[in-house]
Amino acid sequence: MAVPGIPTVRETGSLQKMKRGGRSWDWRGWKFMLPFALVFIFVFIVPIVYAIWISFYQKRMVGGTVFVGLANYIRLMQDAQFWDSVRRVALFTVVQVPIMLFLAAAMALALDSMKLHGSRFFRISTFLPYAVPAVVSTLIWGFVYGAKYGLVGSINNVFGSDLNVLAPSVLLAAIGNIVTWEFTGYNMLIFYSSLSTIPHSLYEAASIDGASEWQIVRRIKLPELRGSLAITVIFSIIGSFQLFNEPSILQNMVPGNSVTTYYTPNMYAYNLSFSGNQSNYAAALAIVMAIITMSIAYVVQLRSMREQMK
Amino acid sequence: MSEMNREATTSMPMTNGRAATNTTARRSTTNRRARARQTAHDERLERRRAGKSGFSNPANPRRSMMLTLICGLFVAYCLFPFVYLLVNATKTQADFTSTFGLGFGHGFALWDNLQTVFTYQDGIFGRWLVNTLLYVVVGAGGATLLAIMGGYALAKFRFPGRNAVFVVVIGAISVPGIALAVPQFLLFAKLGLTNTPWAMIIPSLISPFGLYLMWIFSDQAVPTELLEAARVDGAGEFRTFWQVSLPLLAPGIVTTSLFTIVATWNNYFLPLIMLKDSSWYPLTIGLNQWKDQASTAGGQAIQNLVITGSLVTIIPLVIAFLLLQRYWQSGLAAGAVKE
Repeated sequence: MAVPGIPTVRETGSLQKMKRGGRSWDWRGWKFMLPFALVFIFVFIVPIVYAIWISFYQKRMVGGTVFVGLANYIRLMQDAQFWDSVRRVALFTVVQVPIMLFLAAAMALALDSMKLHGSRFFRISTFLPYAVPAVVSTLIWGFVYGAKYGLVGSINNVFGSDLNVLAPSVLLAAIGNIVTWEFTGYNMLIFYSSLSTIPHSLYEAASIDGASEWQIVRRIKLPELRGSLAITVIFSIIGSFQLFNEPSILQNMVPGNSVTTYYTPNMYAYNLSFSGNQSNYAAALAIVMAIITMSIAYVVQLRSMREQMK
Repeated sequence: MSEMNREATTSMPMTNGRAATNTTARRSTTNRRARARQTAHDERLERRRAGKSGFSNPANPRRSMMLTLICGLFVAYCLFPFVYLLVNATKTQADFTSTFGLGFGHGFALWDNLQTVFTYQDGIFGRWLVNTLLYVVVGAGGATLLAIMGGYALAKFRFPGRNAVFVVVIGAISVPGIALAVPQFLLFAKLGLTNTPWAMIIPSLISPFGLYLMWIFSDQAVPTELLEAARVDGAGEFRTFWQVSLPLLAPGIVTTSLFTIVATWNNYFLPLIMLKDSSWYPLTIGLNQWKDQASTAGGQAIQNLVITGSLVTIIPLVIAFLLLQRYWQSGLAAGAVKE
């Protein structure tokens, strides 16, 4: 099994020693890493490189595909629709992510306090929305929101009110509600898992020392949450910058044209490449968005996440 | 799981006498339930005693009705769409548009709706269900296997390029789906793979989150000494992996497969761009197409079928999550707590 020329563990001792010795490389891990790596290269690396490549070209009516250098990127920088969509997801991120994570952390603390009646029921029912596909949750909420035949419509009939949660001014909040519903439980569970690893002797010691419950929460539990906060913040930011499913499914459930073809960057790129036949421009857009997302994620907390993983 | 342990340990000191005789006298598995009942009983006593003395044990506090009610509001918010879905799946199309959203219709049409869902358009919904199962079994199954092996490699071997793998995978998570999907589509189109099941399956094989979970899990669940012992006994790397490591990884594997299954079952974007032929659609795209039918000119509105179809779509996953609770909770706990 061992690769020729590479000493086995028996000859060199523990793994640590081998690494420190630095005489030879331990290639055995690649036997297990290789399948993932190969598929990963095929579905991630090659498409990314390909996207970078085509973003320097343009399809022309005359002359076919020509190399245009940075022209696509320059056009993107001046594209008001693109920046409009970026502003929209940025606003969405700044408002929705804190609300969702606050709810998730509060619920996790409540569950962990063991003060709830029936905590198993609480845990499973708050997590359940995660099992629902975005399509289905958007459909349900879309029907609920509907002013004609939906629940909002029924409420308007009964009370004679004129609510419309799909009006352009509140549409983004309506979408935020769907996303919050889908992912709060998931984040709650990550928080809850990290809380449940705190040794309980710590609480007992604290209470013997006369700490109140709020002090235990503030001094023991909240610091423990910080580690998992890094992961949840990054995944949430990435998720909301990629917002696509909810607005695009809502598109024809919303009266009028409130959900434009450039409502979010992802929708803009999708419409550019699949109905506008501008894949080169869409590729440039996708790359710029990737860079924006990655730098925000990095600035926010990637560093702490890396430390955590070492 | 963790809660059970916690409750068991916290109530121990109060009940040493009885608990000790219990454990020594009867060890059979059937008595585990009796012991849990005993623990619950002791807990109640402890809570009452704590209530009288005014001193509350923070590791086993008194339950609060107030907090339960406040959290109950949030649970109501989480469960309300499920109720809406269930109620409206029992209505006919006419009742759906005319009766109150959270009240029942004039008749009970659930069975009719279910039957229509599976027979409408020559039973194409059944085809979508089979497609989804295919994508889940091959795609999510493969993704889990690759994640197990990769995570195990990252946790238990210090191979050259290990750090690079980490950086690249984390970087890849933050690449927007569309950045990949457009060139993936163009690439797959060149290879003649679009509009075939492969276009759906191959990209589903990679789950960076699954890799992360299995990495953390292997790190904690598989002791390095055990691996070295197996190697000293002359077992090859793959044999060690199958016979020593895999059994230890079981809870993590259940967790990872649940997450890859959810990701594949719920995927909307990938099939949306890759598949044009409705006979290869998964459930998500199919449902959306039925929903769109109402807004096309002359299209028949079939919201009752969309609602009932949605219910059918989520039931398998909801059941899986309920049955496998213990596994994914402990698995996720391991994933979230890497120090």
